[in-house]
Amino acid sequence: MIPHLLEKHRETRAMNSPRPRGSASASNMPEHQGEAPSADKSAPAAFLINRLNAWFGQLQALCDVNLQIPSTAVTAIIGPSGCGKSTFLRCLNRMHELVRGARLEGEVRLFGENIYAPQVDATLIRRRVGMVFQKSNPFPTMTIGENVTVGLRLNGIRSRAVLAERMETALQMAALWDEVKDRLNKPGLSLSGGQQQRLCIARALAVQPDVLLMDEPASALDPIATMKIEELIQQLKKTYTIVIVTHNMQQAARCSDFTAFFYLGRLIELDDTEKMFTNPTNKQTEDYVTGRFG
Amino acid sequence: MTMQVGLAYHRWRKFKSLIMSVVSFVCALLVIAPLGLVLFYLIKAGANAVNWNFFTQLPKSVGESGGGMANAIVGTLVLLGLASVIGVPIGVLGGVYLCEYGSDKANWWIRFGADILNGVPSIVWGIVAYALVVIPMKGFSAFAGGVALGFMMIPLIMRTTEEVLLLVPNGYREAALALGISRWRVIVRIVMKTAFKGIITGVLLAAARIAGETAPLLFTAFGNRYWTHNLANPISALPLQIFTYAISPYDDWHRQAWAGALVLILMVLVINVGVRFLTRERLSETGR
Repeated sequence: MIPHLLEKHRETRAMNSPRPRGSASASNMPEHQGEAPSADKSAPAAFLINRLNAWFGQLQALCDVNLQIPSTAVTAIIGPSGCGKSTFLRCLNRMHELVRGARLEGEVRLFGENIYAPQVDATLIRRRVGMVFQKSNPFPTMTIGENVTVGLRLNGIRSRAVLAERMETALQMAALWDEVKDRLNKPGLSLSGGQQQRLCIARALAVQPDVLLMDEPASALDPIATMKIEELIQQLKKTYTIVIVTHNMQQAARCSDFTAFFYLGRLIELDDTEKMFTNPTNKQTEDYVTGRFG
Repeated sequence: MTMQVGLAYHRWRKFKSLIMSVVSFVCALLVIAPLGLVLFYLIKAGANAVNWNFFTQLPKSVGESGGGMANAIVGTLVLLGLASVIGVPIGVLGGVYLCEYGSDKANWWIRFGADILNGVPSIVWGIVAYALVVIPMKGFSAFAGGVALGFMMIPLIMRTTEEVLLLVPNGYREAALALGISRWRVIVRIVMKTAFKGIITGVLLAAARIAGETAPLLFTAFGNRYWTHNLANPISALPLQIFTYAISPYDDWHRQAWAGALVLILMVLVINVGVRFLTRERLSETGR
């Protein structure tokens, strides 16, 4: 059922909003130290990040990060607290610049388009790159249904039929439909913590983004709710590019295809998840994934 | 021996502690005592003059007994409405700027300015409105009174709006922005909607605060003894009517002044209780 929905979702997206996909051809692709070695070279990278530096005031949070994130796969970002994982994630949908005093240098290409080019509107980028936060945050003034459709309604979609259809599709994809279909008019905050987080995922999916960023989406949830979120990620990666920041190394090992290890604002290593956790190239990575520090 | 000194000292400290708690309790009683006194006197002196006529009739001319303050009660509501037209949009949007847009430095100056404005004696607002409205319009008017009261509302509403907007967790702003919703829509449809009851509370408290102002109206709204059908003409207000009646030599007017004061304080009390009700409901809603 769900794969079928995802296909449908993709189709309507292609029909409704054709988006320019810059061609990331191999010739103009600079060398990347963080290029995932076994990534399917024919599939375009969702993100190409080139010499990314980010600051909070005087404090440099990211130093010279180069990497590429493959599309329709799950890339996990791991590293100890304060290593710049979340900052990196927030650079991918232009949320970093919202923090007072924050600035950034370098290039982030989303399917070939530099999202930091001067003529690019951050709002449009955020519509293509959805985000789920650590703490679930359904809007308290809205019902479950309104929470899912808020991104559409506030971007000018009024047709009730379209809203109802997109709401159902998004809730199905977030594996929440069966639990809430009879109480769509109840407040979003009436749900349990795990349900609230899946509601937030549905809310992000309803605007039909290309990429889903997840900032420790399960760290505030119990093991069962965490398992549901991880199963969901496995479903979603068939059509979405997912970047997930996690503190939980088992989680990264379980649900990601590629893993990037950050330490002190630098990308230390990016590789197949299996290789990262069994035979990492870098000594620091090995120490971290085996629990010797961090 | 050291033991005995220690005990004596301990007893002395306990005694001092007792004295201090009694003194602070008495002071706490004194804080609310004026409220009791005011209500007691107002009810004692005003309750027998508050009747149906008081709310429905115009003031009678000198020498006739009876009559009411209907025009002053309506006038106060009209003036509150006019003041809100000026004070609410400017105050609320100013608060939005402070919370959502302003740089730290600009905000410091704006807050500093607003705090000074909150401390400006109310009669000064009357003078300002006199210069800005009464002189150009060549006469006292409801408009002038509304302007004077509206100016007083602006800094009050701006600060309370800023405070309640700051209470909205940043996660909601980020979640909405991450959906690709534009900044202005996020502020209006998400942030202000979440803080709506708080904003209304601030507006109501500001209205209650200015409802009893007399000085700014003395040479702006000016007051009269009949219905005002044109806002460019003088209008009556409860505080003005109370002032006029209280300094008059007639016993009947004195009684009516007490009644007016009672009605005025009941209006303010109703607003404050309403605010309590609103905020209590908000607490229980987000009490999880």
